Amino acid sequence: MRLLTHNMLSCNIKGVTNGFPLGLEIVKHEVKEVEFNSDFIRNMFVKIEWKALVDAAKSMGYEELPEEVDSSMLESDEFLKRFHHALLELHLEEGALVCPETGRKFPVVKGIPNMLLNEDEV
Amino acid sequence: MWYLCVFFHRLLDYRKAEVEALAKLFGAFHGEEESFHSLEWKLPQHHHPDCPYHFVNLPSEQIASNIAKRSILVKGIYELWGEGGSYEELEEAIKSYPDDLKAPYMTSDSTFRIIVDSFGNSLTFQEQNERILKFAFIPFKGKVNLKKPDHKFWVMETDNSGSNNGLPPVAQKRIFFGREIGTADRKLLPTYQLKSRNYLGPTAMDAEMAFLMANQALAAPGKLVYDPFVGTGSILVAAAHFGAVTMGADIDIRVVRDGRGPDCNVWSNFKQYGLPMPVGLLRADNNLPPWRPGLKEMFDAIICDPPYGVRAGGRKSGGRKLLKGVVAPYTVPDDKRIGHIPSTAPYSLAECVHDLLDLAVQMLVMGGRLVFFYPVLSEDASSESSFPEHPCFSLLAVSEQILSFRYSRFLLTMVKTGSYTEEVAEEATKMHLDFKENHLKWLEEGNLHSAVFCPNDLQTDVVKESRSNSDPSRKYRGKYV
Repeated sequence: MRLLTHNMLSCNIKGVTNGFPLGLEIVKHEVKEVEFNSDFIRNMFVKIEWKALVDAAKSMGYEELPEEVDSSMLESDEFLKRFHHALLELHLEEGALVCPETGRKFPVVKGIPNMLLNEDEV
Repeated sequence: MWYLCVFFHRLLDYRKAEVEALAKLFGAFHGEEESFHSLEWKLPQHHHPDCPYHFVNLPSEQIASNIAKRSILVKGIYELWGEGGSYEELEEAIKSYPDDLKAPYMTSDSTFRIIVDSFGNSLTFQEQNERILKFAFIPFKGKVNLKKPDHKFWVMETDNSGSNNGLPPVAQKRIFFGREIGTADRKLLPTYQLKSRNYLGPTAMDAEMAFLMANQALAAPGKLVYDPFVGTGSILVAAAHFGAVTMGADIDIRVVRDGRGPDCNVWSNFKQYGLPMPVGLLRADNNLPPWRPGLKEMFDAIICDPPYGVRAGGRKSGGRKLLKGVVAPYTVPDDKRIGHIPSTAPYSLAECVHDLLDLAVQMLVMGGRLVFFYPVLSEDASSESSFPEHPCFSLLAVSEQILSFRYSRFLLTMVKTGSYTEEVAEEATKMHLDFKENHLKWLEEGNLHSAVFCPNDLQTDVVKESRSNSDPSRKYRGKYV
């Protein structure tokens, strides 16, 4: 699971109002290279919850992202490269996503998060 | 400018739609509104709309060439130098085609060749040569080069002997002579054909169709394409081939996570072709998508083949509760929570399509495309078919593929033209609740499986006969190849 996916997901258990961002429980993570496309990265910039991305990247040991951003930073290739790396190349292979409200764990196995809810959660 | 567009004689309903989608991709509709995405088409004299020869108006040769090269169903796009009912007539036509348009392709430093092609019969080598020699009157100054000519010229003729590959006979033979501008890369298809793919499911999308879907979705580098029913990834493979970044979800975790071993799963299907892996695969329920609140306009296109209960049935969360018909608390004991596999309930087509449209209107960018298959029973198809509608979407293309006497599937291409407002959201929530409350009723109504597979009794034959008597102009169903 890349952090792009993490940035899009929340806990959707019935009644949960504050299911974002999901905490990361990391058992195994790796870096998987993805071809850089600056248009794609620029497009994603406005859609991303920045703080959630920074925190998630930190929990994977990547601390090169600035805490505060504005769109003028998109001029910098260096920034785009870092953003690209954090968004698309950091990969959670084994672990779990943890709901900030209920503590419910969504397992991540072989890089695929299981967001399906149990019968009593829908 | 008008070009001659010749199609492969396949998937007849998909041909123009593909060209129009690619015309959009390559900028032919620059500056026009989203809802006007159709091109001007003309048929050669006396030709049936199903025939492979069409004239199309495109803004430039560059766009025509790009369309042809990326397409799957275009055999070639040509600059027409002349046409006629006989070779004499054709000669006159070519002679009267303006010299300044011909001259750049007949210079002494360029090479050329003439290729003969016919629709409906095949010509022997000698017959082809005879035809080529008829064009000796064209003052080519360059040399012939059969292997790598600078310019290729095509002589294409239709056959006028009786039936025409299952088409109504063409009244009069037509011969075309044109300069090739671009041809399709059909070599893609053997490369991606399903029988050489490592990991397949029962409903893996045929490679040719997957490419057509990716073309309808305008898949291209820098775009994010999502498939909510990803399965073995067969549709995303086509999108990834065209450079799009892909993402997929499925409710069945065995399909996406496990596959059939370490080198036989969704990931390996991308690796096999050297394509970039999807940036996200997850197990999620289309009925209860796990997207964070406020997330919108993420995807440039959504492409999918929803489960409509003929070969594979849809499933959604909340099995036991719905089966009992009560929303009584069903709880999973705490000690069983780890590794618990939640039961799922059947998912009716109507609800599935509703959820898909609701997801698409939220998650697509403005002008983003939703491309999906929709099944229609033939009994309904003879009357005006009704397709799913949404106030925020315009229907751009409808292409039918006849699957059996009983039913067809239609590839629908929709474009998002309205934004996701609170009223739209409210309406969707209301409908969502209705589906939940009347779960069983919706399941019965949408039971396509029994309609498609019910035993063929006499009654349907009678109905068939009376219909063909009463309605002689019934939609033509030729030999679709």
